[in-house]
Amino acid sequence: MAVTTSGSAVPMPAKRRGAQLAMLAFAVAIVMGAYASVGLAVDGRIPAGMLTYGLGLGGLVLAAYLVLAKFAPWADPLILPLVTLVNGIGLVMIYRIETGGSKLASASTQLLWTGVGIVMFSVTLIVLRDHRALQRMTYTAGFAGLLLLISPLIPGLGQTLNGARIWISLGFANLQPSEFAKLALVVFFAGYLVAKRDVLALAGRRLLFIDLPRARDLGPVLITWAVSLGVLVLQRDLGSSLLLFGTFIAMLYIATQRTSWVLIGILLFVGGAMLAGLLFDHVAARFEVYLNPEDPELFYKFGGSAQLMEGLFAMGTGGVLGTGLGQGHPQLIPLSFSDFIFAATGEELGLTGLMALLLVYALIVERGLRTSLAARDPFSKLLAGGLSFILAWQVFIIVGGVTNLIPLTGLVTPFMSQGGSALLANWILIALLVRMSDSARRPPPQAIQDEGMTQVFQR
Amino acid sequence: MSELTLLLIRLAFLAVLWFFVIAAVGVIRTDLFGPRTATAPKAAKAAKPHKPVAKPRKGEPRQMVVTGGPLQGTIITLSETPITIGRANDATLVLSDDYASSRHARLFPQDGQWIVEDLGSTNGTYLDRSKVTRPTPVPLGVPIRIGKTVIELRK
Repeated sequence: MAVTTSGSAVPMPAKRRGAQLAMLAFAVAIVMGAYASVGLAVDGRIPAGMLTYGLGLGGLVLAAYLVLAKFAPWADPLILPLVTLVNGIGLVMIYRIETGGSKLASASTQLLWTGVGIVMFSVTLIVLRDHRALQRMTYTAGFAGLLLLISPLIPGLGQTLNGARIWISLGFANLQPSEFAKLALVVFFAGYLVAKRDVLALAGRRLLFIDLPRARDLGPVLITWAVSLGVLVLQRDLGSSLLLFGTFIAMLYIATQRTSWVLIGILLFVGGAMLAGLLFDHVAARFEVYLNPEDPELFYKFGGSAQLMEGLFAMGTGGVLGTGLGQGHPQLIPLSFSDFIFAATGEELGLTGLMALLLVYALIVERGLRTSLAARDPFSKLLAGGLSFILAWQVFIIVGGVTNLIPLTGLVTPFMSQGGSALLANWILIALLVRMSDSARRPPPQAIQDEGMTQVFQR
Repeated sequence: MSELTLLLIRLAFLAVLWFFVIAAVGVIRTDLFGPRTATAPKAAKAAKPHKPVAKPRKGEPRQMVVTGGPLQGTIITLSETPITIGRANDATLVLSDDYASSRHARLFPQDGQWIVEDLGSTNGTYLDRSKVTRPTPVPLGVPIRIGKTVIELRK
């Protein structure tokens, strides 16, 4: 009795559905404004495609919103609008690069993939009612992740594009399995670390000021290290290698709160990368470009620093306020629609626009970490933390590469770069975060009656 | 299109982009300034002035008080989050007591009750006189002894 009357007094987290819908409409409006702005600058009139693209995107996210409202009503109100904005800005930039004369950029294909991505988002939300089901598939996910990771190496299936063997051909389309592998591996890391965190966190000895783990507990770190170095050497994919290992180290740190793991991880990776730099040409070439991008010899060499420098020139031209949408020269940057979309955006929107975009990414990550803090079981905490970290880490690696802060590695900018696999995988990642934020924010079941040994709970 | 129009469009677009970011931050300001209640019920309003964070449910402890040992007098306001007790620096209540383990015991809320759980400590956790061997609900005012420290839950 006391429970039912006072139950209404317990502070309930608000669903904030109205705010979510308003932010979604705002995001779609910004994207449509961006289309109009591109058209006005290029041809002097509002492009015919604006309504198609704008309403297409609007309809898709409205469908996603309805699925979310039905199947994850307590989910975080910000994740979907933020992702919609980044995805939409990416679409506009690809459209802009397409009108700029690039043969490979195709905004309609990207819109199609966005549609498929949103379908995958909805399917994930509908099928996966309780993300803790994933914990039971820990080792299955780990095996699937490894299989996906090595699948491009299988003769007949794998394809080498732009020097990296990270594609598999499915007849009708080329797929980049490492994008899906990273999801499976984060699930595996989360499940594995939940089971083993105690021994990894507590066993060991103290040396000077850090707690060192026991030598025999180094196994998992060394295995992940070996796998990511294998990716680096066999598939020539620097980005995925760094992404994979960094995520494992971050999740290990989240699980154990032990700084020594981070130090060990950094030492291992730096050591491995330097060794790879000495032994393999493609890694050494990246280092060379990183250290002397201005070198004219490197600039005119095939696969040299031209792409990086054009990106830097573009961002320099953009300056603080940018040249304006549709008024830059993104066609000068090779691959400006995929790896270098950030530089192309930087030219047209300037530092001001890039900062806003980075903040939107930061907010997505913040919502993910917030979900991780609010989650009630260790598996969800680790999974949400790992998924948010991998998103942040990916943005850092590619933006750091494009701005020459770190050696450039080929990774896609999440949700912005043209590419179906990455878009699909990232929409599934967002669906997982939404699912977890739903269960973290959902109020606990209230007891209907308060007496006796048996209690009836209302769900 | 004249230069001026394009310049205005460009600046307006950036302004709107930033306005979006600011609006997004506005939606999550609850993270910074505490939880907002949904369609504020009257009971919550009445209970708010003196305890904004604690759940104003009847018969539920609101604070944990250290009644014995070196930390005597310390009061921790209970919220939804579990409380860890031990010598480790990251514990909620950090003890400097040779008889306590680094992660000694944990108190957590479950269905309106606070449960004490021993985390495999060397010298054990005692609820009143009996040793805590499995997670046990803590009634109000019953002393929990950890090494030299005695704590109890109060309203």
